[in-house]
Parts: sequence; structure tokens; C-alpha cells
Amino acid sequence: MTQTRARAWIYIPLMFLALFYLVPMFVMLDTGFKSFDEVSLRTMWDLPKSLAFDNFVAAWEALSPNVMNSFKIVVPAAILSASLGSINGFVLAKWKFKGANVVFPLLLFGMFIPYQSILIPLVEFMQSVGLSGSIPGLILTHIIYGIPITTLIFRNYFATVPEDLIEAAKIDGAGIWSTYLRVLLPLSIPAFVVVLIWQFTAAWNDFLFAVVLTDNTNWPVTVALNNMAGSQIIAWNVQMAGSFLAALPTLLVYIFLGRYFIRGMMSGALKE
Amino acid sequence: MTVAVKESRRRKRFRFDKDKAIGLALVTPSILAVMVFVYGFIAWTLRVSLSAWKGLLPDYTFVGLDNFRQLASDPRFHIDVRNTVIFTVVFVGGCLIVGLGTALLLDQGIRAEGFFRSLYLFPMAISFIVTGVVWRWLMNPAQGDRISGLNLLFDKLGLDFLVNTWHATPGWGIAFVAIPAIWQMSGYTMALYLAGLRGVPEALREAARVDGATELQVYRKVVLPLIRPVTLSALIILGHISLKVFDLIVAMAGKQVQLDVPAIYMWTTTFDGFFFGRGAAIGIVLLVSVAVLVVPYLAYTLRQESGQ
Amino acid sequence: MYRRKGLRLFAVVAAFALIAAACGGGGGETTTTGGEGTGTTAAAASEVEVFSWWTGGGEAAGLEAMIKVFNEKYPNIKFVNSAVAGGAGTNARAVLASRLQANDPPDSWQGHAGWELIGTYVAADQIEPLNFLYDQEGWLDVMPDTLIPLISKDGNIYSVPVNIHRANVLWMNPTVLSDNGISVPTTLDEFFTALDTLKANGMDAPLAMGEQWTSMHLLETIMLASLGADGWNSLWDGTGDWSSAEVTKALENFAKVLDYTNSDASALSWQDAGQLVLDGSAAFNIMGDWQEGFFRELGKTPKTDYDWAPVPGTPGTFQFLSDSFVLAKGAPHRDAAIAWLTVAGSREGQDAFNPVKGSIPARNDGDRSLYGEYLLSAMDDWASNTVVGSLTHGVVANDSWKSEIDTALGLFLSNKDVAAFQDALVAAAAASPNQ
Repeated sequence: MTQTRARAWIYIPLMFLALFYLVPMFVMLDTGFKSFDEVSLRTMWDLPKSLAFDNFVAAWEALSPNVMNSFKIVVPAAILSASLGSINGFVLAKWKFKGANVVFPLLLFGMFIPYQSILIPLVEFMQSVGLSGSIPGLILTHIIYGIPITTLIFRNYFATVPEDLIEAAKIDGAGIWSTYLRVLLPLSIPAFVVVLIWQFTAAWNDFLFAVVLTDNTNWPVTVALNNMAGSQIIAWNVQMAGSFLAALPTLLVYIFLGRYFIRGMMSGALKE
Repeated sequence: MTVAVKESRRRKRFRFDKDKAIGLALVTPSILAVMVFVYGFIAWTLRVSLSAWKGLLPDYTFVGLDNFRQLASDPRFHIDVRNTVIFTVVFVGGCLIVGLGTALLLDQGIRAEGFFRSLYLFPMAISFIVTGVVWRWLMNPAQGDRISGLNLLFDKLGLDFLVNTWHATPGWGIAFVAIPAIWQMSGYTMALYLAGLRGVPEALREAARVDGATELQVYRKVVLPLIRPVTLSALIILGHISLKVFDLIVAMAGKQVQLDVPAIYMWTTTFDGFFFGRGAAIGIVLLVSVAVLVVPYLAYTLRQESGQ
Repeated sequence: MYRRKGLRLFAVVAAFALIAAACGGGGGETTTTGGEGTGTTAAAASEVEVFSWWTGGGEAAGLEAMIKVFNEKYPNIKFVNSAVAGGAGTNARAVLASRLQANDPPDSWQGHAGWELIGTYVAADQIEPLNFLYDQEGWLDVMPDTLIPLISKDGNIYSVPVNIHRANVLWMNPTVLSDNGISVPTTLDEFFTALDTLKANGMDAPLAMGEQWTSMHLLETIMLASLGADGWNSLWDGTGDWSSAEVTKALENFAKVLDYTNSDASALSWQDAGQLVLDGSAAFNIMGDWQEGFFRELGKTPKTDYDWAPVPGTPGTFQFLSDSFVLAKGAPHRDAAIAWLTVAGSREGQDAFNPVKGSIPARNDGDRSLYGEYLLSAMDDWASNTVVGSLTHGVVANDSWKSEIDTALGLFLSNKDVAAFQDALVAAAAASPNQ
């Protein structure tokens, strides 16, 4: 009896927190449905007078080519960096060469550099290899700056795999490839999910690299969204509708795959 | 695959060394990439930070530590350091408290746990390019006739004591900027803690209960000590995020000295003012601060591991 | 069992990677073509890449209108619009700076006319003088004499101004003024009296202000009002003295004006500040004349819902800013870029752009039937007033100097220490003079 009452009580703070997390989304959608002259700070909590989708249509027209670009950038970037991270993590956790324990922290430190400070050499590098302005150049950048985090997640995940499994495979005569493909890869699906979601989100939301590395035909949606605003008059209703559209893919990923993300974390990835 | 297996069987004698070599070869591209894109670029930044470069085109005239000395006596940089400290304390503290709190609540075997988990986690999916303006509206500091945003909401709900000036609060505005950041990252912290809590064997809790411990004592004496490593790793992840905070502040508050942080100063002094030397110096200071935070942690965890 | 699962997963990943590579490759091809276009001479005449921060609202629409004129005149040249928005051009400038350093200039780019362009790009030898184009097109005859020195260095003119905005405009709520028995202030003293009256009548913050850059905008207009046109100009050409008593007085005036502004200024955009005037929460706002574009967008009526006047103390002076375009040195498509600049400086191009953007042409022969009541008054003033430059919008100071002033101003807004502010301004003038 006491038990159930205690349980019921728990939902109150949970609901309050849920409100805290949802309020910004409410404001975004609410404003997205309003007409231009309805938008002002004083009336931000009022519901729109009518449920018109004009703003969303207008925003979609402005953003749709860039949404395609975003997918072209983000899908390969997430898959390739997850694959790379998986191999790195495997080698650094279970197939250590001499010096692996020095290489790992060196790779990891890359996670911490402030990206704003390295834009100039980055652009110069891309220019010199002929990738400036292009989608492959941006994908490469995401993959490279994704190496630290993806390697970290996979390495820590693989570190929890019992050594016996590897030994058993070796006794069976498996080499590095077959050990990886037969033993570790199948076990690492939860880590793959975590890394794919992580990299998908990071690359989707990136603005800084995209704005300096891609040209106007290749801009992802974040740059286009930012461009919608311009530097003077801003139509907040269309802007908010666009913001919602731009956030939709990552939102859907979290809504539908969020539980795998947490499950992946629980099963060892990202614990440390 | 079969071929690979056969082959490795055939060459059993050499397998060991050769496989190690393959391992190294597999990691080499990553090592090279990081060497160029991380360490090479850091070296470049270091070189610029020791130069007189001001203006559009590179000028690598060596000026020693001048840029760093100027930062040391730059009142704007002093504000930056103070703001970063306040922001870090509020943001990291807030995430840990909210994250641990929600994780403990969710760990009570409630219904709809998955729903709440996803709900708390979703802000992480959205960048501040998208939500910055919303937060700017929500935290509008106006009161009286022009009251709006959360203040208006609080006022309507009779929660007047919560009405405040948010990030326009003189001197402490940056503390309020941490609220959206907590909104974004506390769900992630919750997930970390939840993973940690689920890793505590039920047998240990049972044993404590058998010994007569109350539920509260079970948490205090058994569970919390066991998830201390989670707190440490959360500290590192959140700490480095707060040192690099940039988008959020620009989106919410524009560029104003009162809410300035090193990453913004670096950006504006470099690209608004073309003080490349000074910008690079700020970048180096940031990197060193991150290193001070991270390197001991890395060393510690690696030593723990090899000790096991 | 491991093996089968592993294989399947591997296959899936590999398949995805292939698709991904195909997508990426597709994207790559398009750009490579573009890259070749910029690199080789074969396609040289066929396109022109123009870089700007006009991406939204009236400015983007205005640019489109001007591009239309361009396409009609030069159907063989493809217009590549590389506009990047954000942070009043900061993002755009970061992108541009990276590109110029990587030796990959666009053919032409936007900048505020004056020292923002000269101090940065002329100093780095990135743009060409355009005197030949001014001579060829006869632009010297149709642009104000006082404008040319402000966009030149050593006799060389470096940009083509497309539009003119006025910075020193006082926006007013006529109802609030008449309710409080206030007539339009023309001097700073009258302004202070009016503000005092409003405050005494219970309006806490009669002057609406927004985030930090709008306070720099306020600073420059109040300094102009205190120092006069000559005094203002002398501060920037090296003949004036930043440590003088006149400057102290000007800064004290600025500090005094700040007392009448809203406490939440740092959280408001310039639009929010304009809205306060429309709502009658404030009586005044000092902002450039893009504010009028915003009011009209909201469907407000000039002279009844809002009114305007030169900032008190500045009648007869037109503090201007201008968006302008330059010719890149080593432009990949120099002829096409010149064609673009010809359109940008033409009557037709400017009359296509400005009515949409809500500004006036830099030329004084614009078609008056295209412009509304406010803009017509601005056109008259532009042709007859003394023209001085804006600080906030890049005319009078180079970027380094301006950014140091911005920092000093930001510190002043938090500590309100006039002496320290003036010291910082003196130091900034010494460290980064226009040269």
C-alpha cells in the first residue's frame, strides 16, 4: 500500500521535469503556426488564431534542397566514422600493439580542441587537396573529428568483452579479421547504435564546419536555416517553422531510437 | 572470410606478429589524420599565438609571449574567465543534480520509464542554432507592463517569486545562461547515471536490506559509492563542453561583453577584429585549461585499467 | 553463429557505406565541376560568384531583383549567389577570410562602404581600385561629393555602393509625444528635457534600446550630436584628439542617455526595441532606417503609428552606411565581375534593389515614384545634408579599431566608468588607426 502511494508520488516531479523539457518545443511550434503580425514577445503564450501550415510550407520550400544535402553528408559521415571507430576501438582494446596505450589518449585528446581556433588551417588543407566547398570534404572533416569519440565509445565497450572470447577465437585459429568480424562485431551492435546516433546528431547539427567548408550548392540545413534569418527583418514564424523542420530528423531519431541509445549506454558503451 | 581463416591457419607460425602489424596498420590512418588535423593544427595555432599577426594576411613575426601577457591584463578576458568559472559550476552542478535526481526517480521501477527517458534525452538532439531564439524569448528579463516569456508564465501562475531578470542580471547573468545548457545536457547525464545504477548488482542491495538498511541507506551506503566513476566521467564530458560553450550564448544573447566567454572572444577578435595572434592565444589558453582538466583523468583511468 | 551474424551486419554496413559513398561521390562531382569552372579559363566568362550576407527578408528579395536586372543585361553570365548569413556578417566574414587566405576569392563580395573594406582588404591587397569604372559610368556626377572621400584611400575608390541607409534617425511614437505635450526634440538639451518629462510622467524607460551593437549605434549618434560633423570626422582621420574634453562631454552625454533606456536592453533585438515604440511602452528609439522597413512590414502607417526625425543635435547631417561591392584582385572571372559592378552601380540596378530592401539609392537620380514617404525624405536629405560615416556599420573605422571600441563599450555598459571608457578609446585609436 505504502509502496504504491510512494510510486504515484514519484510521477509528480517526473511530470514537472517533462514540462521543463517540452516548453521550448511548445513555443517553437506555437510560433510556427502564427502569422507574422501575431508574433510578439507579449503574446508568446497565446495559441495561434488559426492552424495554418503556410509557414511550414514556406520553410520547407526554402530548406528542402539543403535537407537532402544534410542527408548526403550525415549518413556517410555517421556510418564511416562508426566503422572506423569500431576498428580502432577493437585494436586498441583487444589487439593491442606496442604503444597502444599511448596512442589511445593521444587520439582522445582531439575531442577537446575548440574548433573555432582551427578553421583557417582546416580550410587551407581542404583547399590544397581540392575538397574545399564539397560534400566529401565536409564528410571527411566529420569523420576525422569524430575519431576520438567513436574510438572512445568502442574501445570502452570492447574492454568489457571477456578476454576468454578472444582467446577462444585465437585457439580456433582466427586472425585479426575473423576475430573482429566473428566475435566482436556481432557483440557490438549496441555500441554501433550509440555511435551512429551520436555522430548523426553531431553532424546534423554542425554549423561551424559546414559554413566554412561547403559552398552554396552543398550547404546542409543548418546553414540554410541560419540564412533564412538574414541580418535584418526576421519573420520569426517562418523561422520557427523552419527550425522545427530542421530539428525533425534528429528528433525522430531520438524518439524512435532513444531507447536503444540508452540501452547501448547501459550495456557498456559510453560508460567512461 | 573462410579464405582468411584458412590463410591464417596456414601461416600460424607468423600469425602473432603479423596480426599485431595489421592492427597497427588499421589504426594508422586515424593516427595520421589526428596528427595532422589535431596536433598539426594545434601547432599552427601555437605558432600564430606567438606572432604579431593582425589583419587579413598571415604575419608570423615572432613576438614571444606578448599576446598572452596582453590577455593577462585584458579586462575583457578577466570577465571571460570569471564567466567561464560561474558557467561551469552552475552547468556541471545542475546537470549532475538534475541527472542524478531523474535517474534515481526513474530507477524506482515506474511505469512508462521508456517514455520519460526518451523525453528527457531529446533536447540533446537539437542544436542551439534551432532553440537559441526560443530560449532568448523565454528568458526575457522584462517585468511590469512588458512582462513576457517565463516571467509572464510565472506571473500568471501566481509564482511571482520566480520572476527575475535572468541573463540580464548584472554580474551573474551567465549563471542563467547555464539553464538552457542544463536543459540540453541533463538528459544525457541522466542516461549515464541510469546506466551506472543498472550496473549495480541487485544482490548487493538485497544484502544491505537483509542487514536492516533502509532504502535511503541502501542508496547512500551501497549504490552511490558504486556509481562514483560515472560522476567522474560526467564531470569530464560536461566540463569540456562548458569550456567550449559558444553557440548557445551567441544565439541567446548576441555578442555582449557581460556574457562573454573565451570561445566568443576568440571568434570575434579573430574574425571581427582580425587580431589573429590574440585569437590564437585565447585558443591555446582554452586548450591548456582543457588539458589540465582531462589529462590527469586520462592518466588515472588508464592506470586503473592496467591495475585491474 | 557469431560468424553468420557478423557477416550479415558486415554486409549491411558495407552496403550502407557504398550507398553513402555513392551519394557523397555524387555531391562531389557537382562541386568538382564548379571547382573546375573557377579554375579554368574555358568557363571564365560564363559565371560570376558574388558573396554577401543578404540571405533573408527584404535584402535577399532586393538582391534577387538586382540579379534579375543583371540576367537581362548579361544573359550569358551565370550568377552564383554565395550568401552567408549571421551575426551582422561575422559568419560571412569568417568564411570570406578563410577563403581569401586559402587564395580562393569570390569574384566580388559585399562589405560596408568605407574603412571596413579599405582597412581590411585594401591593406591586404585583395581588391582593385574602381576609378576606371566610376569614370566610365559617370558615377562621380550622380553620387554626393562628400561620399567619395569616405569610400576612398589615396585617391582610389574601392567599392560600388548599392544602397544608403541613414543611421542617425530618431523613431517616435506620436501618440505618446502628444499625450505628454512633447514636441519633436532637435537638440540634445531638448531631448533630455523630453526624456525627463516622460520619466516624471511614469515612463521608466522612454528610450528603447536593444543588444550591445544597438548601444554602439546609440553611442555614435550621440557622439555626432555632441561633437558635430567636423569633430566626429576628425576623430577618424587622425586629426582629432580622443582624450579631449569634448569627447569626455560626448561620453558623459551618452552615459546620461543610457539612464533613460530599458534595463532589459541586452536581451532585446533591434526589432524588439522598435516594437516597444509602436506599443507605446517607450517614446523613442534611435536606430538606422531599416527600422522603417520593419514598421511597414507590420502594416503600420507612417506619421500616425510612428514618426521620425534626425537624432537630436544632428539635423542637417546625414550619418550614412552603405552596402557595397568590390572587385577581387585576381578575380577568377574579372570581366563578369565588372559587369556585375556595372549593374550594381546603375540606376536600374539600384532602383530594382532599394525599394524592396527599404533603403535609398546611393545615386541621387533614383526614380522617386518607387519610394515611400520616409524614403523620399531620406533622399532629399541625402542630396542636401552633410554626409558623415557610421562607426557601427563600418564606414569610419577599420575592423580592428571598431572591435576594440566594441570591447571598450561592452565594459563600459557593465561598469559605467566614463574615464576608463575614454582611456580605452584613446588606446584603441593609438593601436589600430586607419592607415
